[in-house]
Amino acid sequence: MTVKVKVENLYKIFGRNSKAVLKKVKNGVSKEKIFKENGHTVGVNDASFEVNEGEMFVIMGLSGSGKSTLIRCLNLLNKVTDGKIYVDGENVVEYNKAQLREYRQKKVGMVFQHFGLFTHRTVLDNVAYGLEIKGISREKRYKIAKKTLDTVGLDGWADSYPNELSGGMQQRVGLARALANDPDILLMDEPFSALDPLIRREMQQELLDLQSDLKKTIIFITHDINEAFKLGDRVAIMKDGIIEQIGMPDEILANPINEYVQNFVQDIDRTKILQARNVMFKPSSIISMKDGPKIAIKEMEQSGISSVFVVDKDRKLQGIVTIDDAIKAVKENRKLKDILIHDYHTTNPDTYLQDLIPYATEGKYPIAVLDENERLQGIIVRVSVLSSLVS
Amino acid sequence: MSLFPETLRLDLGIYVERFVKWLTVNYGDVFEAISNGVLAFLLQIEKLLMWVPWWMVLGIVFIVGWRTKNTRSGFTFAVLLFLIGTFGYWKLMMMTLAIVLTSVVFSLLIGVPIGILMAYNVRVSVVIKPILDAMQTMPSFVYLIPAIMLFGMGKVPGVFATTIYAVPPVIRLTRLGIHRVPKEMVEAAHSYGSSFWQTLIKVELPQALPTIMTGINQTTMMALSMVVVTSMIGVKGLGDEVLIGINRLDIGRGFNSGISIVFMAIIIDRVSQGIASRFKYPE
Repeated sequence: MTVKVKVENLYKIFGRNSKAVLKKVKNGVSKEKIFKENGHTVGVNDASFEVNEGEMFVIMGLSGSGKSTLIRCLNLLNKVTDGKIYVDGENVVEYNKAQLREYRQKKVGMVFQHFGLFTHRTVLDNVAYGLEIKGISREKRYKIAKKTLDTVGLDGWADSYPNELSGGMQQRVGLARALANDPDILLMDEPFSALDPLIRREMQQELLDLQSDLKKTIIFITHDINEAFKLGDRVAIMKDGIIEQIGMPDEILANPINEYVQNFVQDIDRTKILQARNVMFKPSSIISMKDGPKIAIKEMEQSGISSVFVVDKDRKLQGIVTIDDAIKAVKENRKLKDILIHDYHTTNPDTYLQDLIPYATEGKYPIAVLDENERLQGIIVRVSVLSSLVS
Repeated sequence: MSLFPETLRLDLGIYVERFVKWLTVNYGDVFEAISNGVLAFLLQIEKLLMWVPWWMVLGIVFIVGWRTKNTRSGFTFAVLLFLIGTFGYWKLMMMTLAIVLTSVVFSLLIGVPIGILMAYNVRVSVVIKPILDAMQTMPSFVYLIPAIMLFGMGKVPGVFATTIYAVPPVIRLTRLGIHRVPKEMVEAAHSYGSSFWQTLIKVELPQALPTIMTGINQTTMMALSMVVVTSMIGVKGLGDEVLIGINRLDIGRGFNSGISIVFMAIIIDRVSQGIASRFKYPE
């Protein structure tokens, strides 16, 4: 994996005399004390992190944690007080005006919390804005903009004005405006926070779908821990301008670094974060179609289970055999395929636990996790699903 | 000894006078060039206004009133204009209109850039705001004196005095309009790599336009309110008629010309408001 964005010891202090205050901050004087004594606000305090190419990196924090300040440093809407930001190996903090404009025009696009749409322009002209700034001809930029509008599901709205659209649709325009420029990096500053919960969930899913095609490097800001853990390949948790912990969602869930993070993690609905792949067992005991009922019985006996999945030679799932049926089959001298049962539930590794809860509560057998080729990847027993509801 | 001591006297006016005199002596050529330019521009507008046939002007006013408001308004405007014609003031009205329009154009040329500068720079804003307050509170007659000293008598000093009097609303509302553009919208413009001018022209000015249009409306009305005052330095037009009416105690003449100015004000105000409302975007 290549590192796309690398932030090193980034500081952002608001106030007239930020350079002098910087020393104090570096000496560990607290944010409150600095505000009291110098009237300066510490926005970002010694932030360092890396974002890989194609990764969705979520920065999560409450209001005032400096997350929006931090993301605005990345495209230099905020002037950085100290530190380095490498994008493709170049320190963008040192860019001159012309370089900065080129960086913003070509490499990085931004989506805003309150959409930041130009209300005096049509949807199409909004989406084409970045291209217009780059000096691309009207015909060409409209063509690209129309295509991008299709991607976000807004074909047919090109000639409307932003204020004629609903919140969710407006943010689609915001997203399309960023995508039309085809930047490597997408900065998303709480893009879904202003939307109502239903639309928000829809947009989250669509962003994930889009991302699986586009593979952009996305830096996403949110104050919602559930959103952070749902979307993020990795998550950074910020407090008072300091990044407390960076890690993959399940890492942070398993090992919160301090009490602050722990408190956040408690609020999480794990069933919305954990996927089938996180709780499934590797199927240690499975039997093959060519095995007989006797081997099935032996297998179950050894593993101490009352049913076992049966696969063919390509590991494709064929069915499940219970211990009762197997014993009966041995007595009646029947074959394994005669006693296969098919009324179990299957799922794929990416399914969230919340969608598995009904299967887990009603199903008699474990849930089979299959990949796209129907091969058995793992099994989920009901206790794994249901226990996640309480812990 | 209750009155202010006579020994403590400061004559500020004399310095202003000296400054204006110094200007006329040292920069006489510059003012003459400006004067010629303004006059040429004014005469062109006057020529154009007088060239258009009267019935066509009625038609235009009707159509504009109808399109921006409704049929009744358009009809009312046309009738009012027709009345001014029947008073025998068509030509004088066009002369007055030419002065007003010229002053508005110069107000815009001066006011919009100053307003933009104020929106961008707090220090400029702090300096200019009290000046604008002073300009609006200063009795409008006072502007006639430097106008005469710099440009002599006639139309050009009339335009000069009118412009000074009428420019503050455009400046204020341009500043306000740009100041009120949502921060995120400006950030969005910057985040796509817009230059200063691109941000200004493609985002900030269009966003500020409805507010600026309100400023233009106010400026126009203020310019119109100067027509009687400027007639004192020899500007011909409806204002001059009012002045004659006063001097000769000619009630009829005073009424005819006075009511004509009112009619003009109504038409210009409503029409420019109608046009301004066209520039509003749905919120």
